[in-house]
Amino acid sequence: MALKPPSGDHAQEHGHNHDHGHEHDHEHYDDMDVRVRALETVLVEKGYIDPAAIDALIETYENDITPRNGAKVVAKSWVDQDFRAWLLDDASAAVASLGFTGRQGEHIVAVENTDAVHNMVVCTLCSCYPVPLLGLPPKWYKAPAYRAQAVIDPRGVLAQFNLFLPDTVTIRVWDSTADTRYLVIPQRPVGTGHLSEDELARLVTRDAMIGTAVIPAGDHA
Amino acid sequence: MNGAHDLGGMQNLGPIRPDRNEPVFARPWERRMFGVAQAVFASGEWNIDRNRATTESIPPADYLSMGYYELWYTRIVKLLTSDGFIDPSELEAGHASQPAKPIRNVLEAGMVPAGVRRGNSSARTATAPARFKAGDAVRARRINPATHTRLPRYARGVEGTVLRVHGVHVFPDTNALGLGEHPTWVYAVAFNSDDLWGPLEQPSFEVVIDAWEPYLEPL
Repeated sequence: MALKPPSGDHAQEHGHNHDHGHEHDHEHYDDMDVRVRALETVLVEKGYIDPAAIDALIETYENDITPRNGAKVVAKSWVDQDFRAWLLDDASAAVASLGFTGRQGEHIVAVENTDAVHNMVVCTLCSCYPVPLLGLPPKWYKAPAYRAQAVIDPRGVLAQFNLFLPDTVTIRVWDSTADTRYLVIPQRPVGTGHLSEDELARLVTRDAMIGTAVIPAGDHA
Repeated sequence: MNGAHDLGGMQNLGPIRPDRNEPVFARPWERRMFGVAQAVFASGEWNIDRNRATTESIPPADYLSMGYYELWYTRIVKLLTSDGFIDPSELEAGHASQPAKPIRNVLEAGMVPAGVRRGNSSARTATAPARFKAGDAVRARRINPATHTRLPRYARGVEGTVLRVHGVHVFPDTNALGLGEHPTWVYAVAFNSDDLWGPLEQPSFEVVIDAWEPYLEPL
């Protein structure tokens, strides 16, 4: 299996000390590369893990379990009122009916955005996330800055996503401290009445289902 | 434990830096670390709560200086060494030199698709009625255990309202310590930002936590 080349801003990824030079970070990550290889080798040699299973796990989470799953759920909730009612009443069962089940999605609750309430999701204690619907969480969701700020300054968080909500909108932040994983159902953008369910699903972004974005109205022809 | 993991409300951690087009894994070693960790967890040797408690036992200064998958590496090594599955000298050498310890389960590739989709529910059968219902006024207890808990510091001692009843789930505080599952009711509890933080320079908002019944007292 081909490995993707390293990418991104190393200092940012490192999570501490943005002043550290890239040289330090390169050395650090070379070191982590060596340490992880050593760990895997030891565990395989001792018979605790099977490298083929590791490949299969990585492949599953890279290719099959992605935000496209959640987008299908949201689009269906926009066009099918019975499904929407089921989703709001018992999301675990409703999403299971579409085949989306599994680890970190055993107990799902769907929360709908309205003109009055905007929902956003965080895990201040670790990185809990509705994985079967959204895939693995993005780096920022797992990093201290978001986890710390979301519950004390949600509007300051949303500003960093270029989202500015009217003061009349109540923000409700869901801190995933237990076993329930929350899916935000964004509002359907205006001007999309002519779109099919598949076309609507393509408008639904990962961040809109976390609640750090909304889906803008626009030319959706 | 009042560790660095309990981040809610901390300030001055820098910008969030959203990236809408990031790859699932930033580097090859992170990708591999994810797979290794998932395969190790699939052994069934450690429950999720012991897992989390192990990450939380990383000293705060170290925790905040490590990236996400570096924390995973540290946690896995702690679990494997503390329970005698590997010796630190083996990691240094990069090869096994000690006899393997029997392990509960070795995940095979063929089991991955079904295993990933099956999950591992923490829900248990109720043995007592729920103490609270939606709309009840409650207070999060003021507790500071030195061991694992899922009651974040920012909510402790604060009054809120039960929003919904989630069901009965394994209690992490005991399960992390190997003291049993002791399942209890779990509730979504809503707090007003004024009660959590006092006045802020933005309109009041709500924060909802999911709280096991022992975290709550009636008002």
